[in-house]
Amino acid sequence: MDALALEATSTKKPANGVPAPAPAKRKPAKKTKKAVVFFEVEILDAKTKDKLCFLDKVEPNATIGEIKSMFHKSHPQWYPTRQSIRLDAKGKSLKDEDVLQHLPVGTTATFYFRDLGAQISWVTVFLTEYTGPLVLYLMFYFRVPFIYASKYDFSTSKHWVVHLACMCHSFHFLKRNLETLFVHRFSHGTMPLRNIFKNCTYYWGFAAWMAYYINHPLYTPPIYGEQQIRLALILFLFCQIGNFSIHIALRNLRPPGSKTRKIPYPTKNPFTWIFVLVSCPNYTYELGSWLGFTLMTQCLPVAFFTLVGFIQMTVWAKGKHRSYLKEFRDYPPLRSPILPFIL
Amino acid sequence: MSAAAPGTSKAAHGDVAGKKKKGPGALATAYLVIYNVVMTAGWLVIAVGLVRAYLARGSYHGLYYSIEKPLKFFQTGALLEIVHCAVGIVPSSVVLTGFQVMSRVFLTWAVTHSVREVQSEDSVLLFVSAWTITEIIRYSFYTFSLLNHLPYLIKWARYTFFFALYPMGVTGELLTIYAALPFVQKTGLYSVTLPNKYNFSFDYYSFLIIVMISYIPLFPQLYFHMIRQRKKVLGHAEDYSKVE
Repeated sequence: MDALALEATSTKKPANGVPAPAPAKRKPAKKTKKAVVFFEVEILDAKTKDKLCFLDKVEPNATIGEIKSMFHKSHPQWYPTRQSIRLDAKGKSLKDEDVLQHLPVGTTATFYFRDLGAQISWVTVFLTEYTGPLVLYLMFYFRVPFIYASKYDFSTSKHWVVHLACMCHSFHFLKRNLETLFVHRFSHGTMPLRNIFKNCTYYWGFAAWMAYYINHPLYTPPIYGEQQIRLALILFLFCQIGNFSIHIALRNLRPPGSKTRKIPYPTKNPFTWIFVLVSCPNYTYELGSWLGFTLMTQCLPVAFFTLVGFIQMTVWAKGKHRSYLKEFRDYPPLRSPILPFIL
Repeated sequence: MSAAAPGTSKAAHGDVAGKKKKGPGALATAYLVIYNVVMTAGWLVIAVGLVRAYLARGSYHGLYYSIEKPLKFFQTGALLEIVHCAVGIVPSSVVLTGFQVMSRVFLTWAVTHSVREVQSEDSVLLFVSAWTITEIIRYSFYTFSLLNHLPYLIKWARYTFFFALYPMGVTGELLTIYAALPFVQKTGLYSVTLPNKYNFSFDYYSFLIIVMISYIPLFPQLYFHMIRQRKKVLGHAEDYSKVE
């Protein structure tokens, strides 16, 4: 250890700035330079406690993100996004933005590492899981061979609601893809690789299941006919616009490239006024869209998909609502997670 | 899936070295003791019923009819165990317990009860016997654990008998479902066809085949889980005295 670091640990002086009246025998630091106390970082495996990496001469204002890059150099198989660095072997992960000298560590910092497993970017996952339904539904709509009896190959449904449903479904997933590319600002860059298999099975599976029935030669149109379809379409479009409005409002809360979190409030757009009553209106509108689609197609598998999606979104909304309450003292008390006053 | 429930369920004063365990309160413990005693008794009734029927008839055939009612009653009663987990008086996973119980209830009602023709199959006796022995041991295990007087024999039995009982039960279940297939196909039992106003269809025959296939990944997982639990629980035999 160099003399300055040794002195710093023994006297516990703050790292920045104070030139050392050195009892050390080194030649005195130049008067024009502030003495910088470098940190040392050792990284241990959280499970085995093996010493994996030792970094010396780490700048005190280094971020966890920079430390991850340094660790990556010595262990190239663990790229930064798959590293979880914690102060405590069983504790929470530190954030990339956390600064070394602001953490409760001495000048020799000990961190624990856990491998998060292979990672994949959120954008990649979203695009893949949304493009599947888009393509699959169209395959059923155009009655590609081997799905229905061969006499129906490449035929079209005689019910106009089936054409409408195809337009709505395709629009919905196209919208999702475009939002992924141009609207959303993600808090996390990556997620575990196994999620893509789980998510794609869910989206693609349900899309194929509903598309099969809606585009089936024996499809039965809604009982109440045009009235039902018109109401359903209005609900669907209203909620699509609403959902989009919320996504835009949330995007505008966050400057590009940042991960800041702020309380969302109603804007000039009337579709955002629902923020008065709900924390996660994007989910509320999404539920509404799928209820509309269920009504439009009068198809039980669509109802199942709507139900499962609703359950999942409620879990997410409750989590988000709880985080908001924890983070912001002044969080509006009138808001519910997903359904005004109810849930 | 039949046989012993996976060892994730630890009774209040369990066999594995205690971590922080906020066990059930006194009232819950009393209720659970009663529940487990009743279930032990119930499955003993089924066991005795099987033995008596065998002795009376002199053959293994058609013993299902002699224990049909208590089997349905006590196996269905196990649904309460899901509630126990949900409410928190039993420290097990709701999902895992739910899965176990539902698979038993499915076999009892949706296969054996619903397809009359399989009731005289020997495969039914195979899984019913496996379930009976397993449940008698399991429920007495819970009873004694709750009372803090678990005889080593019961603990040993619970984590050893499954070696044979589990495959026995699974075989009986699979053979029974397989036997039911032709009748389900012929009668279209529980099946819905197009066209209908809900634009939905369900083929119970295909569903049963999928259930059978699902045993392939699921059975080894549960089996090896029990083996791991056994090592953990019985591996400490040297450390603990014979009586808990």
